[in-house]
Amino acid sequence: MVHWSAEEKQLIATVWGKVNVEECGAEALARLLIVYPWTQRFFDNFGNLSSPTAIIGNPKVRAHGKKVLTSFGEAVKNLENLKATYAKLSELHCEKLHVDPENFRLLGDILIIVLAAHFTKDFTPACQATWQKLVGVVAHALAYKYH
Amino acid sequence: MLTAEDKNLIHQFWEKVSGHQEDFGSEVLERMFMTYPQTKTYFPHFNLQHGSDQIRSHGKKVLNALGNAVKSLDNLSQALSELSNLHAYNLRVDPSHFALQLLGQCFHVVLASHLGKDYSPEVHAAFDKFLSAVAATLAEKYR
Repeated sequence: MVHWSAEEKQLIATVWGKVNVEECGAEALARLLIVYPWTQRFFDNFGNLSSPTAIIGNPKVRAHGKKVLTSFGEAVKNLENLKATYAKLSELHCEKLHVDPENFRLLGDILIIVLAAHFTKDFTPACQATWQKLVGVVAHALAYKYH
Repeated sequence: MLTAEDKNLIHQFWEKVSGHQEDFGSEVLERMFMTYPQTKTYFPHFNLQHGSDQIRSHGKKVLNALGNAVKSLDNLSQALSELSNLHAYNLRVDPSHFALQLLGQCFHVVLASHLGKDYSPEVHAAFDKFLSAVAATLAEKYR
């Protein structure tokens, strides 16, 4: 089980409290598809992903980004129990979606960069360290049920 | 592969780094040591406290080297040849989960936190490709 210090919990809650889940989620997913174009392989039915502009403006990307980051909010609420929280999603990503868990790490890193661009100097080194730990354990929980 | 557009963006945005090599460089390292403590194992001889002279000077050195790479985007192998030797034969930083990827992530965060929304997806992508190419070049001679 992962241990979270009081300071880490505070940093997570403070940042999360100011996140616009729809905007951040859309941006994180768009950046994933732009910076690592091979990730588009999972989204054949999303329509036009032919350029950064197309991706950023794509309504399915925005909607799905919001969905993904909303789900991330469950992690913030269940820091002590991430494996259980993500058990079903883990099975889904393995058995139905067939997503290589490496992609969770990529998206996690991208989320950090989106937060940094959004919060600028308020995204201190301590903030980054805590949030990288969080995205890392979420990625681990999502990969946990893979077989 | 870096496109012409990527190269333009890299040159354009590197202007914003010029003049701040020491500040940005030390921030990159500080974030890396805090976020990825395993990277500290390569610096047992350093004072790693916030603002230490060694971190400032090493941060400046790293960013200057990246600046040289920016000037030689068409020939990274040659521009980074000596550093490539250094990393392969002396420093031997683990290449598999290359600490350089971790440095790269912190570099993105420093640029994003200083440039805000100017650090657009296109600029982010161009720098990510650049940093990957640099890391690959530095790892070229490992074996």
